[in-house]
Amino acid sequence: MNHRLSLAPWTYGFIVAFAMWIATTAYAGFDSAEATLTAALTFGAFSVVVGTGQMLVIASGPGNIDLSVPSVLTLAAYVSMTVMNAQDGMLFAGLAAAVAVGALAGMLNFLAITLLRLPPIIATLAWSFVFQSFAFNLGGEATLKPPAMLSAFTLWRIGGVPFMPFAVMLLTLATMAVLSRGVWGRRLLAVGQSESAAKLTGISAGRVRLIAYCLCGVAAGLAGYLLSGFSGGAALNMGDVYLLESIAVVVLGGTSVAGGQANAVGIWGAALFFNLMATMLNTFQMQAGVRFVLTGALIILIVAIVPRPRAA
Amino acid sequence: MADVMIRPTSKARPAWLSASLQVGLPAVALVLMLAVIFWIRPTAMSYFGFTLLFKLATPLVLAALAQMLIIMLGDIDLSNGAFVGLITCITALHLATNPSLAIVFYLAAIIVYAGIGLLIQARQLPSIIVTLGMSFIWLGTAIMILPSPGGAAPAWLAGFMSWRPPLVPLPILLAVIAAVVGHFAISRSSYGAILRGAGSNPRAIERAGWSTTRIRVMVYAAAGLLACLSGITLTGLTTSGDPNVAPAYTLLGVGAVILGGGSFNGGIVSPVGTVIGALTLSLAGSLLSFLQVPPTWQIGAQGGILFLVLAGRVLLSEKKP
Repeated sequence: MNHRLSLAPWTYGFIVAFAMWIATTAYAGFDSAEATLTAALTFGAFSVVVGTGQMLVIASGPGNIDLSVPSVLTLAAYVSMTVMNAQDGMLFAGLAAAVAVGALAGMLNFLAITLLRLPPIIATLAWSFVFQSFAFNLGGEATLKPPAMLSAFTLWRIGGVPFMPFAVMLLTLATMAVLSRGVWGRRLLAVGQSESAAKLTGISAGRVRLIAYCLCGVAAGLAGYLLSGFSGGAALNMGDVYLLESIAVVVLGGTSVAGGQANAVGIWGAALFFNLMATMLNTFQMQAGVRFVLTGALIILIVAIVPRPRAA
Repeated sequence: MADVMIRPTSKARPAWLSASLQVGLPAVALVLMLAVIFWIRPTAMSYFGFTLLFKLATPLVLAALAQMLIIMLGDIDLSNGAFVGLITCITALHLATNPSLAIVFYLAAIIVYAGIGLLIQARQLPSIIVTLGMSFIWLGTAIMILPSPGGAAPAWLAGFMSWRPPLVPLPILLAVIAAVVGHFAISRSSYGAILRGAGSNPRAIERAGWSTTRIRVMVYAAAGLLACLSGITLTGLTTSGDPNVAPAYTLLGVGAVILGGGSFNGGIVSPVGTVIGALTLSLAGSLLSFLQVPPTWQIGAQGGILFLVLAGRVLLSEKKP
């Protein structure tokens, strides 16, 4: 290793995101700076919720990944919209329904992985087909409308500052605390680093992973609940972008795909990077093809130049 | 940790038996599905019926074999489907009018694939995220050269894909050829053993004097070539190019490899199993419409079929020590 200034892996996302914000502002004028940042924070918050769940699963050991995130998100959105039936009084019942759908989905994923001894990538993929079918039968092509108060909450601003991103930041802080101080968090990382060593210390690896998959499902369910409030209803394709994005924000955020190491703050950097890049390329009026190519090239570039965490 | 050293399969069952169980499982599933289809519609049991049932299988078989090579090294390729989409665009735009240009593009794409292998090896990067990035690049490139579906397959290609060889329907014939070639190249040849070794124990292969860098570059290039063939045959079937024609191939390919007895740990793959797995998955769609499963439940039922077939592994596999 040469002696250049070495930054923590997770800071790169923030640096690139900041550079893109500057570039967008320079191009579109200073007036747009605040709106750009607010939009990136709001859209980024959804990616962070989904990514945080994915991170817990990825950290639980090599090969662990949840491909059912988009379908759980969509299904939870449909179930909660059906439960609430656009009535403000049912707000918490809807939230409970979304969380329950997520937890149940996580449990089913885990059971398929352990009982059928399937690789997580296949088990979660097969479940995602099933969940997709359920969502399709529940709502079909129609968009189910959210209660007015849920929409108001997701768009709520205090003194011009959107509230939801800050609520999600609290979630990130809580996740960090659990991972560094909580018993389950320490166990999760221990299982991720070496399952056999963790078992020898008396940790039930199965139970730790079960909770990781359930929390991932809950995060996806929560994102579905909030997103349908934000975007005016549950729609069939609302989760699609989060399949690749949830994995990308976790890895770009400095979490190792080999497991045993997690970085919750980094997800914010990567999520802001993703959303600000979309805004920037839109402002530059790039055509869709160029946007995709640049997105892909930047993902690879960041992964290739960032010094890699030890655990990998 | 003595149990890591012992190969549990070798003492309980002879190697040939566990190998044939590996391949046998998807084969049984395939036969069962065919039996159900023929029971519902006996007329499907004909040359023409087979041709229709497996019409779209050829490109999936080739894409699954490409994925198999990557999984053999312990990696995964999330860009496979987007790449096949790009190849259909190149084929539909240039192969008829300017074949040499099309071939230059194919070669360039294969060289990029080899480059990905080199990058992953040299920087020891996780393949999942690098190929995720590549999937965006392939999709973007495809949209740039062909913004909306179109173009036309050359007449000889469309003609070849609808060719009716004597006795055996074309998709079956091509699948058998792919399985046999794959079997001898990967499972039988001595070089195949080196390749699988590079996936299961790269350090041992390095110590034996082989360059894992060269192996990874060669295997990625071969995977690119197979994915190229998948795109070309797919264009022959659909007769046009479409950037978004095959995103499902990525995960269906992975499913076929695992169905065929492969493992993500690297080194354990079966070309014959993969081909049968791909045939099974492409038949699943036909089976569901024969069973008159309502369209809203078809995707879910495919998940169910995946579970059913894979559940067989639990019954067949031996208890872990």
